[in-house]
Amino acid sequence: MNIIIFGCGRTGAVLAQQLSKSHQVTVVEQNPEALGRLGYKHSCKVVLGSGLDMDVLVKAGIEKADMFFALTRGDNTNLMAGQMAKMTYNVDRVVMRVADMHRAQAYRKLGYICLTPALLLAGMMTDMVNGEEYKPIEEYNTLPKELEL
Amino acid sequence: MYLIIVGGGNVGLHLAKKLKAHDHEVLVLEKFPKQAQRLSSALGDETVFLGDGCEVSVQKQAGFARADVVVAVTGEDEDNMVVCQMAKAFWNVKRVVARVNDPTHTTFFQQIGIDDVVSATSIICQLVEQHITADELIPVGALNKGNIGIVEAHLSHRSPAIGRRVRDLALPGGTNIVYLLRGDQGVLVSGETELAEDDTVVALVPMEAAETLRDLLVPPKY
Repeated sequence: MNIIIFGCGRTGAVLAQQLSKSHQVTVVEQNPEALGRLGYKHSCKVVLGSGLDMDVLVKAGIEKADMFFALTRGDNTNLMAGQMAKMTYNVDRVVMRVADMHRAQAYRKLGYICLTPALLLAGMMTDMVNGEEYKPIEEYNTLPKELEL
Repeated sequence: MYLIIVGGGNVGLHLAKKLKAHDHEVLVLEKFPKQAQRLSSALGDETVFLGDGCEVSVQKQAGFARADVVVAVTGEDEDNMVVCQMAKAFWNVKRVVARVNDPTHTTFFQQIGIDDVVSATSIICQLVEQHITADELIPVGALNKGNIGIVEAHLSHRSPAIGRRVRDLALPGGTNIVYLLRGDQGVLVSGETELAEDDTVVALVPMEAAETLRDLLVPPKY
């Protein structure tokens, strides 16, 4: 698969490392220093620039991408880049990291895949404490009723 | 009408002032405390709300549910997008307006259903372009079933006619410069009249000679 990862933070870097073993991975990152997180041994293509810049996206090969991950620390940046990938460039699968669980919930209702790290971690830790089996990711990645606004 | 403005920079502030002057109920959301304070002293406390307009809890408190219009004018396109999308999809706001800072985002914003997308960059570009293409003959009337045109031309600093007397222009046959506006003054034109920058000349010209006249008065196209 052709996979684009926007945001070379800790999550983006590890994901790029792992996926590049069996896929064509392109990393889009604005900050050259952040690319150091990829280490020296990797087979990712790297494009410097913002994933909100259409020229950068095209340079990263978005027109032929099968999957797009938006993993920067900016929720809104991820939501916009992900939607551009989907709507402007018809990328089949789009995954966005959205730290604000309410915002994420709102966009999930629009049909987007928004992962909220806090929900995943807290859910898995709860299962760990209670000695329960781990569940599919979707079950962790939903806003508990008690937290709805 | 109840209007919510997200982003209390210069655009947000002046927009709020204007809308308030038209007796609308206005609320400006601003996430930075210092800027919110500045807004409060300019607009009054009741018009300013300190908080991030992208957050659901802030939207709820600010009353997105009863807003007629939500306007997002922050300096970040992604923030403006989220504000407008959430206003529309979750609070059923009828009209959402977004400022777009990067004009290449305009089509995308329209695609996701934002009613009005305003790009300052594009507006300024249009104005500049209009100014450039203003170097043309402007038809203002016609005589003899349209065979004779009454045309107007503004002489910019690039006009080849500047500093020349009308008699030296070698106007095509049947063509006559009859009048010109210099500042606020109307001036009757004779062969001795010398043309100057910023003059607006009015001429009678047979249609077939219009191109020749154009070349004498306005600079070549880019």
